[in-house]
Amino acid sequence: MASSGHGSGRQEAADRRLRLIAGHLHPRIAASECKAEAAESDPVRAKTVPKRRQEVMKWNGWGYSDSRFLFNKKGQAEFTGRRYRLGGLIFPSLKDWFESTFGANLQHKSPPTAALNSSAITPPNLNEPFLQDLKSMGIPHSLEAEDRVFRAHGHCLHEIFALREGRFGRLPDMVVWPNCHDDVVKIVELACQHNACLIPYGGGTSVSSALECPPDEMRSIVSLDTSQMNHILWIDEKNLTAHVEAGIVGQELERLLNESGFCTGHEPDSMEFSTLGGWVATRASGMKKNIYGNIEDLVVHIKMVTPRGVVEKSCQVPRMSTGPDIHHFIMGSEGTLGVVTEVTLKIRPLPEYQKYGSVVFPNFEQGVACLREVAKQRCAPASIRLMDNAQFQFGHALKPQVSSIFTSFLDGLKKFYITKFKGFDTHRLCVATLLFEGDREKVLQHEKQVYDIAAKFGGLAAGEDNGQRGYMLTFVIAYLRDLGMDYYVIGESFETSVPWDRVLDLCRNVKERITRECKERGVQFPPMSTCRVTQTYDAGACVYFYFAFNYRGLADPVHVYEQVEHAAREEILANGGSLSHHHGDTGR
Amino acid sequence: MASRTLYSQRDPALKKRDDFEDILEERRNSSDLKYALKCYMPVLYKGVTPCKPSMIKTMVLQSEQLRYVVTELSKETGEATEVIQGEALAILEEMAHKLHLGTVRFFAYMLNKAFKVLYQRIRVNEDGIQRLQQAIQEHPLVLLPSHRSYMDFLIVSYLLYTNDLALPVIAAGMDFLGMKFVGEMLRMSGAFFIRRSFGGDRLYWAVFSEYVKTILRNGYAPIEFFLEGTRSRTCKSLTPKVGLLSIAMEPFFKGEVFDVSMVPISISYERVLEEALYARELLGVPKPKESTSGLLKARRILSEDYGNIHVYFGQPVSLRSLAQGRINRSQYNLMPRHISRRPGEDVQVFVNDVAYKMVRLQEESMVLRPWVLVATILLQNPHGVEAVWLAEQTAWLRGLAQAFGAFLDWPDHISASRAVASGLALHPNLVRAERGRVRLATEPKGPGARAPEEDLFNHAVTVLSCASYRNQVLHVFLRPALLAMAMDVAPTSRKDDVYSCFGYLRDVFSNEFILCPGAEVQDFDEACFLLTKCSAIQILKQDIVATERGRPTLSFLSAMFQPFLLGYQVVCRYLCEEVAESLPEKSYVAGVRSYAVKRILSGELACLEVLSSDLQKNVLAALLRMGALRKSKAGELVTLRVNKSAINTIENTLGGRVSTQKPVLARL
Repeated sequence: MASSGHGSGRQEAADRRLRLIAGHLHPRIAASECKAEAAESDPVRAKTVPKRRQEVMKWNGWGYSDSRFLFNKKGQAEFTGRRYRLGGLIFPSLKDWFESTFGANLQHKSPPTAALNSSAITPPNLNEPFLQDLKSMGIPHSLEAEDRVFRAHGHCLHEIFALREGRFGRLPDMVVWPNCHDDVVKIVELACQHNACLIPYGGGTSVSSALECPPDEMRSIVSLDTSQMNHILWIDEKNLTAHVEAGIVGQELERLLNESGFCTGHEPDSMEFSTLGGWVATRASGMKKNIYGNIEDLVVHIKMVTPRGVVEKSCQVPRMSTGPDIHHFIMGSEGTLGVVTEVTLKIRPLPEYQKYGSVVFPNFEQGVACLREVAKQRCAPASIRLMDNAQFQFGHALKPQVSSIFTSFLDGLKKFYITKFKGFDTHRLCVATLLFEGDREKVLQHEKQVYDIAAKFGGLAAGEDNGQRGYMLTFVIAYLRDLGMDYYVIGESFETSVPWDRVLDLCRNVKERITRECKERGVQFPPMSTCRVTQTYDAGACVYFYFAFNYRGLADPVHVYEQVEHAAREEILANGGSLSHHHGDTGR
Repeated sequence: MASRTLYSQRDPALKKRDDFEDILEERRNSSDLKYALKCYMPVLYKGVTPCKPSMIKTMVLQSEQLRYVVTELSKETGEATEVIQGEALAILEEMAHKLHLGTVRFFAYMLNKAFKVLYQRIRVNEDGIQRLQQAIQEHPLVLLPSHRSYMDFLIVSYLLYTNDLALPVIAAGMDFLGMKFVGEMLRMSGAFFIRRSFGGDRLYWAVFSEYVKTILRNGYAPIEFFLEGTRSRTCKSLTPKVGLLSIAMEPFFKGEVFDVSMVPISISYERVLEEALYARELLGVPKPKESTSGLLKARRILSEDYGNIHVYFGQPVSLRSLAQGRINRSQYNLMPRHISRRPGEDVQVFVNDVAYKMVRLQEESMVLRPWVLVATILLQNPHGVEAVWLAEQTAWLRGLAQAFGAFLDWPDHISASRAVASGLALHPNLVRAERGRVRLATEPKGPGARAPEEDLFNHAVTVLSCASYRNQVLHVFLRPALLAMAMDVAPTSRKDDVYSCFGYLRDVFSNEFILCPGAEVQDFDEACFLLTKCSAIQILKQDIVATERGRPTLSFLSAMFQPFLLGYQVVCRYLCEEVAESLPEKSYVAGVRSYAVKRILSGELACLEVLSSDLQKNVLAALLRMGALRKSKAGELVTLRVNKSAINTIENTLGGRVSTQKPVLARL
């Protein structure tokens, strides 16, 4: 008797506790009305990414339709369009670098299929009841082939390669554009009710195959495009937070916050196109994480719609200790658990001053030692990246044509100083690029501290220009991949995080493994296999690899690519690295 | 350089191996001094950070690995770290090499002189040298020569110097340091010295392993060591020691190098310098302590002809490809790499397998001269044979050996009788040819009447020396012979029975011969294949039967291994008959020897090879492994406890007495 009474008491206590926790998770907050409809009629707001992506973006490559690299009639590399600072510039040494690095030849082209042929696309497998209910709710949708193709892929090599060859796998059967959180709730309810399959779609920059439709999926697949949920709902200046809809694209979020004098400081390489919801779902990392933190440090609150209801915390607080943090289940789930609809982020006042910089080291080993010391002293600038020699050469090949004889003379002088006077070997030296942010005075002080450390490791300051060009490379590298693919060159990047003491060994072994595997698999020319250390932490670093090769003479280049990449990842794991630092790899 | 190829081009089956070139030929026609002073600019490992031997020492002393162990020891013993660090430095001073090019040149000069007198030819596979040159640049290198003679130390370095390749750093036993001057000379030509046993000494282990790993990681120089651990007195490959090999593998497992190339090197001597010395040692005359005066006395040997040396540099073996799919390197991720810990089960098994594999590769590329075939036949006919019959028999054995894939240096145009004659000429101390008969040489009876023991002893020296040549060919015949013996011993001719007997024999003899652990099935298949190929056996649905034609072959094979079978039985008999329950380990060898001598003198036993202490020690190891003997330690004294019924069973099974077969099979 006594024991059962005691048992039921405990049961009650447990129930109470559960209810309390559940209360935290399912608050009944009045639904905020959709802002999107109002915005639709707002002509002032120029959208980065329109509903019809095909209007401004490539269907079979990276980025904007008007921006691309090409070799002009004179055989010089050129970047088209006016969106970037590089627009219209000529890159005189890119051709030689390209041909000598890959053994490629401008005569040997591998152009993509010219246009998207809608007739080649299988008609959608529609879930009629779902479609009817959706229509009755007035949520915008599309069954058009082009819309479906755009949302059927991310930017993995195999996905883009297939598109260029005009091959389409399983596509979503329709696309829906919710305008706000409530729309998402309704869509998810409908999908549950009518047994449809939902795939959340943000910026489409995934490199983990998360957007790929399973070929054996029998249900109707609905792509839930969050791009219309792109508003900053409020800014709280007292707590320095902003509540933002998850579909907002990175550059737009930053631009809008800047208008009010704030920023998030979160700048992943894909920030031109990737969305806030995507960052949360893939556990993203930003270039300036040393100041602002990675996404898990930035997020204060997440609202996610799951098939079993909405998940969110009942407060917007910096820390809780009530059991495991639900945010950590959401971050990295890559859309498998639900749709992230709204996020509260930390914001910071815009920095007063920004300064780029660069340091040349005699070799990669010294460079890594310097980064390690910087991390040890916890004085890393907003960003510090160390490129290996191959990547330094690559960056060099991307130097635009100089406007005056004077600049080219100066360049020559610099080169002379570094190689002849300081005795650096051009085939061994490597470059670190730096970005400082903050108060002018503090930045200058900080800069001195970092350069002093660098000097201890044989580093020489190499100017702001080199630094800035290094960061620019990040944004155009994806465009360069498309150029390579026009000339039988395919490649991709992958990344890892690794303890400090293993950085050098891991870099060397992985690069060598790539070279070896390529040779064994019949790749005719040595591949480009290069790396850079892109982030520093207390206990380790993030290393980013670029790997590309000339695939002429290979029957199934993508398969070869995947085998080599698999081997490289195996090597990473064997050397104490992780499967991924920030690309997100639940599917691998 | 004129090359005389080992095999004519017509022999495609044997073309899988490279051709040899004589490197002494050029030396005979040019100045030794010029050679010693030649421009030496070896290619180096591509990732090398050039440094001096002293810098290696500093790196070792400052390594995290060593510092960690020093701190640990200091915590445990309460001694100051400086004191322990000082001890480490002393160990390192004692161990480290001081490669000095001048000394190497001096050695090269002297060796040239000596080699030209001692040997007719030193033949090396040029392709192997080419491959080595390539391999040196790509990955850190481990050279694994076979070990039959002191000469092995010098010859590899000599060849590398001659071919302008990076000189190796060689692991040598501390006993060399006992030789004044010579020890230091060896040190300056690249040897580093390790104590023979340092089981419990953590500091020694740490210094030693870090020294080897530092050299390897930096690609400073190829590392050379002998897997067999010591010179094989019997010319049979010895069971490999894995300690140094596992140290050499660690930088790869921990990702500190991309790969390690291991190069097996087979050095075969037509006549071993230490031949008679070895036989005496095996019979219980202790090995003379290495001393400089001893070396000078050994100059006497300069007046004799030692025939040819063949050195075969094998294909470099990539550790990475061997480890692929077998070793999960991420097991090393969960601890800082400078803390060393006992390798996991999988790693230990892997290292052991690789060690066996490398020794097998050495064996396979050992060049065999016709003389080893002659020695094999003579040992089976201790009372002498007709010279004509000997030539015929040798020719027949040559065919068999070639069918089994032996690496025979016997050009087609040399007739059997010539080949036999040249072999006999080179070994006048072992064989006598008189009046058309050939027999093993025994010392002529002296004027005074000598004790029968002494006679026996002298005869045994000849037999064991001869056996050391036969032993060189055993690996070719081992597997088929085990099958032949299994067919003798097995109760029926059913496949299962033969296989289990084969497995049993293999198990018993696994301390005696190089039999890769866990490869029963492959070995059995190989034996079946080879014997079927020379139509000695037929494999029926259920049974394995000898063919009429094959009987001589099978009985020849059994006879070749008879001394071992007998030896094992004699030891078992000794343990059953003469030992009550236990005996001190120290008195084991002496006990077996006096028991054997007694039985030989009484005429019960004719096999003199039983007297070899090598065989006796192998039996001991086998019996311990099989649980028929058990070691127990009381203070300093190690006693062996005898399990008589187990030993009885082993003896009976080896003797082919079927009654005790059943429990044995159950064991298998």
